[in-house]
Amino acid sequence: MTTLEKLKEILSECKGEDLDITPETTFDELEFDSLDKVDIVMQIEEAYDISLGENMQLSTVGELIEKIDEAVANK
Amino acid sequence: MAEKRIALVTGAGRGIGAEIALTLAAENTDIAVVDYSDQAAAQATLDALTAAGVTARYYRCDVSDFTATKNVVDQIVKDFGKIDILVNNAGITADNLLLRMEEAEWDRVLSINLKGCFNMIKHVTPYMMRKRYGRIVSISSVVGLMGNAGQANYAASKAGIIGLTKTVAKEFGARNITANAVAPGFIKTAMTDALTEEQKQAMYKLIPLGKLGETKDIANAVKFLVSEDARYITGVVLKVDGGMYI
Repeated sequence: MTTLEKLKEILSECKGEDLDITPETTFDELEFDSLDKVDIVMQIEEAYDISLGENMQLSTVGELIEKIDEAVANK
Repeated sequence: MAEKRIALVTGAGRGIGAEIALTLAAENTDIAVVDYSDQAAAQATLDALTAAGVTARYYRCDVSDFTATKNVVDQIVKDFGKIDILVNNAGITADNLLLRMEEAEWDRVLSINLKGCFNMIKHVTPYMMRKRYGRIVSISSVVGLMGNAGQANYAASKAGIIGLTKTVAKEFGARNITANAVAPGFIKTAMTDALTEEQKQAMYKLIPLGKLGETKDIANAVKFLVSEDARYITGVVLKVDGGMYI
């Protein structure tokens, strides 16, 4: 499973509906609030066994994928 | 009939917890009994729940153990598919005048009564958030509101539950998760049976309704707070104390 596919799974579960996302999708478009974002980051950290840091700013899906891949590579 | 709900009740082996479990079971709710101290009592509660016609399972877990509570919550979701209702009832006392209170007595009571609530809420809320539904009721005590000589640890833990409850109500309100506390007064249980007759008589004088409460009185308050009738109620402390603290 690619990082994008895994993210689609996590974001869809959080939203409670199937989301169609691309690397260009912004988190503003997806309308996640701060509680969702904390939940998403926690789920990613658990899924990949990585730490993304406390105050992660999420702008686009592509940016998040880069951060995840980088953290996984540095494990 | 409304969809069957799943309730996780801590300290459900006996006393108030067992009564809450049985009362919720009568409301079309399957029960996860979480208890640690008394396996025989937990088994008896389980048998009574099964006899009442609901699905019930027993999980032995020390609520003060962060990792154990995470594991047990994950297991309950695996077994039941979800958790709609969390009732934090597990609690102990280790009474002593503060001057004589040992550090271990303080730590033990705080870790089971207060940290236990944090642990359960912490691990249950991610599941509730994704379902956009949750009902959390934590059992506090009027002692947490008024203090009680000889119970610095217990009173502090029960007051802490109130602060925790109000914060959870604010943080998770947007996810349709309500958090409320029930503050029992003097309720007839094994815990109060341990008091001397002299202590009991002194307590009666403080209760306008002039008698002990029963476990059923607390269970009914919990039943209300997790019901559809209470859907707009969050962050409250419902005293069930015969007027002991007004």
